[in-house]
Amino acid sequence: MPIIKQKDYKTWKKFDRKRDLQNWLCWFLGTLIFSFCFGLISSKTIWFYVFDSHNEALDLLGRMFPPETNYFFTLIKPIWDTLNIATIGTTIGTLIAIPLAFLSANNTTPSKKFLRPLALFCIVSSRSINSVIWALLLVAVVGPGVLAGIIAIGLRSIGFCGKLLYEAIEEIDENQIEAIEATGANKAQIMTFGIVPQILPAFTSISIYRWDINIREATVVGLVGAGGIGIELDAQIGDLAWAKVSVILLAIVVAVVFSEWITAKIRKAII
Amino acid sequence: MLKTINLKKVYPNGEEALKGINLEIPNGQVVALIGPSGAGKSTFIRTINRLVEPTSGKVYFANEKNDITSLNKSKLRKIRRQIGMIFQEFALVERLSVMENVLSGRLGYVGFWNSFFRKFPQKDIEEAFRLLQRIGLEHMLDKRADELSGGQRQRVGIARALIQNPMLLLVDEPTASLDPKNSRQIMRLICELCNERNLAAIINIHDVFLAQNFAERIIGLKAGEIVYDGKPSGLSEAILTKIYGEEDWSKTAAN
Amino acid sequence: MNDKKVIWKRKPLIKNRLLRIGLILIISTYLLSVFLTTEIDWQRILEGIPRGKNFIFAFFPPDFITRSDEILAGIFESLWMTIVATIVGILISIPVSLGAAKNIAPKFVYFLSRGVITLSRSFQEVILAIFFVKLMGFGPFAGMVTLSLSTIGFFAKLLSEDIEDINKSQAEAIKSTGSSWFQWVNYGVQPQVMPRFIGLSLYRLDINFRESAVIGIVGGGGIGSTLNTAFDRYEFETAAAVLIVIISIVMIVEYTSSHLRKLIK
Repeated sequence: MPIIKQKDYKTWKKFDRKRDLQNWLCWFLGTLIFSFCFGLISSKTIWFYVFDSHNEALDLLGRMFPPETNYFFTLIKPIWDTLNIATIGTTIGTLIAIPLAFLSANNTTPSKKFLRPLALFCIVSSRSINSVIWALLLVAVVGPGVLAGIIAIGLRSIGFCGKLLYEAIEEIDENQIEAIEATGANKAQIMTFGIVPQILPAFTSISIYRWDINIREATVVGLVGAGGIGIELDAQIGDLAWAKVSVILLAIVVAVVFSEWITAKIRKAII
Repeated sequence: MLKTINLKKVYPNGEEALKGINLEIPNGQVVALIGPSGAGKSTFIRTINRLVEPTSGKVYFANEKNDITSLNKSKLRKIRRQIGMIFQEFALVERLSVMENVLSGRLGYVGFWNSFFRKFPQKDIEEAFRLLQRIGLEHMLDKRADELSGGQRQRVGIARALIQNPMLLLVDEPTASLDPKNSRQIMRLICELCNERNLAAIINIHDVFLAQNFAERIIGLKAGEIVYDGKPSGLSEAILTKIYGEEDWSKTAAN
Repeated sequence: MNDKKVIWKRKPLIKNRLLRIGLILIISTYLLSVFLTTEIDWQRILEGIPRGKNFIFAFFPPDFITRSDEILAGIFESLWMTIVATIVGILISIPVSLGAAKNIAPKFVYFLSRGVITLSRSFQEVILAIFFVKLMGFGPFAGMVTLSLSTIGFFAKLLSEDIEDINKSQAEAIKSTGSSWFQWVNYGVQPQVMPRFIGLSLYRLDINFRESAVIGIVGGGGIGSTLNTAFDRYEFETAAAVLIVIISIVMIVEYTSSHLRKLIK
């Protein structure tokens, strides 16, 4: 009750005493947790290095410039590989995500007790494990190279696309399905006429969104040996060839800006 | 009290919204601005407090020396506090409570941190209570603005404008989102309050009938130009045709 | 009688026939060229299958016990990093997202903020981490800085989009009262974007925790370091345990945050 009646006048406050206290307590606790966490981090930090980092950064920048532009031509193949890892990986990921999404959506799953939890578990595990960790595992199994990268990106995309897709399926308009059902359609017909048209826009935008993210992800799977520009980055950092590293970083920025531009274009064309 | 001289507005896309408006409004006069949509009504009242920057022309407020169009930012803010504004879609901040919405009218008078912690002077709070009582919404003051009905929201919008203790009210289509009954009530409330406080007001309104009923003076705007300026009783069929174009006006025109 | 039969065909997805065929051609040439330029060592993969099998079997049974101290320490370090980085990142994101909203910021500030966002989004967390570890030394501080910076790109981009979508007239009404710029943001803009703000914060907390698992691999501290050490020592049972812990924490975080987000609306 934020109207406060004094003896001879009444006034107003946003919160009453109790809420006020609660709010301050929350802020206080928040600050406390923050400082506690920060304290723990700082206890494991050698502050000398941190305070010296600007010198280090200047030094590094000095070594990076001027970039060794000739090196760019060696990078064409790795960039091509990176794009392929992202594109093929996304395609595989979304293709596998489709059936999983149908199994996990409340309104389309054939069995709520068994298949749905199983499919959800697949989605969550795929989401929780970063592409780099997937790549780390896959390099050990299929050997270093582009293939490991493609599979890693694919596996990580399953969870992401699966989750967004099954949420989209759960939000579809039941009336339209009922209408199709009322015509005496069988399950497959309901799928193609009732559900697919409704989730097609969501599906395309999810795939494009994930592709955009995967371009970024594909730049790093190489760091653990799974192909693409990351391999070069790892090698050049290992060689301390900073003038080459700066070329790689520039190439990455260009690739990312390019992919963002393309996704924006496609999205506009679809909507 | 308010005087505009050759006020023009050209939008970046080349659209000439105002083609030189000359207007003088004395203290305490309630003026209705009528005209078809796209005539420049909204643009006109927004150029007065420079929510829309006029392209050229002058706006004198309060006295002959005080040209709003040449003020710097902080002086403009001081002028804005003296000009209350009421909006078409109510424009209450929906996630704030009624009381916060009303008190937001005092923002020009309190410092940032006081407003951030919602610490308004007791005088303002008492005024807010008084206004809410006047518009009959005292019991709603803790409700969030999005819980109110249209008519109630517009009342809160009026209270927000009045708590600024303005000299002039700019009112943009106050009844466009309301049903006929609420429209009449809101118009009556605005006019009553203007009379009580000797407030001048410019009311944009597309409903000619309401305008005739409540305003002392009517200004007809067409394609950025004034085509009529006079008493409501002077709105003849010919003039309405001039403002709005060909239509059967025999039922609406003043007899 | 009319001899012509009326034929109805489903409307194709892409109307222009040329475009349709062109797209199919482009896609197939692309796939072909990928196939031709990608060196896949089938020999190695065939060899890898039994090796992979051994490798996967090496994960079982997951061993939580032997290195339980390290796992716990790693988890907590990741948590501290995540909390601090999310808060710091969001605090920096607020001014950036105001600057990156077209309807609020002047052109100059707008382009500057957009630049900051693009830069922060271009580099994957791992790449940033490599550099910060190089600059600031191993450990959670470098990881925290990495996560804070990548939070900016994500958070400021999405929040600024929400700011651009606010109801204009509500903001205009506050401006017309003669409010200062800060008051205008506080009354006219902030209430409108608050639900999104909280939702994004929770979402980013979740992402930062997941990312903390990888930046450890390049020396950024946290559970990733534990994982990396386990791999280096060929202790795959421990690695499996770490992965399971990560998955379950992510699940818990996700469940609570989606629950919280529902509560706020």
